[in-house]
Amino acid sequence: MTTATVSKEVTYLEAISQALDEEMSRDERVFLMGEDIGIYGGAFRITEGFLQKFGEWRVLDTPLSESGFVGAAIGAAMMGLRPVVEMQFADFISCAFDQITEVAAKNHYRWGAAVPLVIRAPFGGGVHGGPFHSECPEGWFFHSPGLKIVAPSTPYDAKGLLISAIRDPNPVLYFEHKFLYRRIKAALPEGDWVVPIGKADVKRTGSDISVITYGAMVHVALEAAEVLAKDGIELEVMDLRSLMPLDKEAIFESVCKTSKAIVLHEDNKTGGVGAEIAALLSEECFNHLDGPILRVAAPDTPVPFSTPLEEYFLPKATDVVAAAKKLAAY
Amino acid sequence: MDLATVANDVKRSDLLQMYYYLRLTRALEDRITNLYRQGRIVGGVYTSHGMEAIAVGYASALEPDDVVAPFHRDMGAFLIRGFTPGEIIAQYLGKRTGPTKGKDGNVHMGDLKRGMIGFVSHLADNMPVAAGAALAFKIRGESRVAFAGTGDGGTSRGDFHEAMNFAAARKLPVVYFCTNNQYAYSTPLRYQMAITDVVDRAKAYGMPGEIVDGNDVAAVYVASKRAIAKARAGEGPTFLEFKTMRMHGHSEHDAAKYVPRELIDEWKAKDPILKAEQLLKRLGHGDESYFLEVGERTKKEIEAGTEFAEESPLPEGKEVLEGVFATEEESRQ
Repeated sequence: MTTATVSKEVTYLEAISQALDEEMSRDERVFLMGEDIGIYGGAFRITEGFLQKFGEWRVLDTPLSESGFVGAAIGAAMMGLRPVVEMQFADFISCAFDQITEVAAKNHYRWGAAVPLVIRAPFGGGVHGGPFHSECPEGWFFHSPGLKIVAPSTPYDAKGLLISAIRDPNPVLYFEHKFLYRRIKAALPEGDWVVPIGKADVKRTGSDISVITYGAMVHVALEAAEVLAKDGIELEVMDLRSLMPLDKEAIFESVCKTSKAIVLHEDNKTGGVGAEIAALLSEECFNHLDGPILRVAAPDTPVPFSTPLEEYFLPKATDVVAAAKKLAAY
Repeated sequence: MDLATVANDVKRSDLLQMYYYLRLTRALEDRITNLYRQGRIVGGVYTSHGMEAIAVGYASALEPDDVVAPFHRDMGAFLIRGFTPGEIIAQYLGKRTGPTKGKDGNVHMGDLKRGMIGFVSHLADNMPVAAGAALAFKIRGESRVAFAGTGDGGTSRGDFHEAMNFAAARKLPVVYFCTNNQYAYSTPLRYQMAITDVVDRAKAYGMPGEIVDGNDVAAVYVASKRAIAKARAGEGPTFLEFKTMRMHGHSEHDAAKYVPRELIDEWKAKDPILKAEQLLKRLGHGDESYFLEVGERTKKEIEAGTEFAEESPLPEGKEVLEGVFATEEESRQ
């Protein structure tokens, strides 16, 4: 924290809103596009009042047209503006997949055109959204060179990472977790501060097992850590915050210290970010490992609707506790 | 286009310049085709052979500050906006001196400083991108226009629809065009859509449209100028359908045996260079000796360009790792 002055407590959602408001006030190049973000203020009310404050050419209600408005944002970004587009739900990002992976991600590499674009994508389950309003699509983009990907877990990181994303000269996918929107609060410092992209954060230090995670699962890991501490097992909870670039040094440092690793994510298990982290650990930290690298993740199914199905689907603290106990036996 | 209209709407110097660029485009692409046949260019080679009037016509109608998101058969636009034959041949040869430094090949090149948006193979992808460029001009109150197009096949894609719809709804300063060359690779227009005039698509977006003879450089120029002026005046987008015929295969490896011979013969008589020469003669702007002189001049430029490109270095393998992300300094430019 760069300053001692602290604001009143804000939710994760309000932190996102603050970041947008402050960046739009600071830099006239920043503008917003998306479905229902203007007149209605956004499906989650993140841009409530923005239309009145910034006008209809900085808060654009778009047609129902994800590929079209992401493409348009790419064009505006190349002309020197700083667009922030909102996917109403991260699930709908599939409609814009081509624009993101083929145009935004490759333009600079191919012909030197920077695309300073932010795509906000409310993702994740636990909100009874069913198969089309709960997805964690970050894995699709993790595999596409040229994109940066962040996924904050706290109001502080949500605000600081969004400001960094807006100021970054590259396309940044900003995955904000819907489950956290109104469930967590924190007092934030005043003034101009950022959370750098590419830096992980240890949310709890511990000596026995490293849990490497991001998004809402950070809170699941912290809950598991409380339970396990009573049994004398100390988890170190590493919040990646950025998936691309990945803070490999921080991951290796933690796992070299604890010698045991659990990778935890809400995305489906197969081919997810966790698989890449497990592979990296076996390549780089093999001599330090005292047990297998375990993955705790959602099963390989779409996100289901009915409450018992969704509860079964989402990774829980009990799953992390079980994995940690298995690993502790090594 | 009738003589009186051309004499009235197109300056002599502009017509002569367009004729020069028609010849330069033809000479450049003929050279590129030869280099491909010799095995010195690898990969795809997609030419505008027999369709040069479209890019030459529209690019001549634009102002330097405007931006273009070209179709992949728009070589003339690159030349008019300052790409040299040397750097273009270097691009095809995969040399470091090409606009993409070997990162991409053939017509997949661009340069924001010269207002050329890099072509993307996924046809129509750059149509929403051009809408966004136009949106930036509108937000900043600039008097600039975006000009973007695709082929008849590309108009079947969703991004074509999304771009046309958004641009029309927000009255953006963009001009869209379709190069209707009657074939998308091997698929004839009748399997692409149930309509015969692509321009009919524009009606659904509330966008004015116009059919233009794509082999008549003066007609392309005049129609483009009109649409550009409208866009610049804040009157919103226009859709231009340039009717033409693809005279070579989709790429140079493709003998295009699926195209009836008679169709090719019919369109050979409408060759854009031939048409331009007939026009210049009728207007008294040029004769055979002038045409020969321009031919010699463009040939020399292509020779010099080929020499430059062939002498240019190839990139080193490890350069593959450069440029995935932009730096802060670049984005401030």
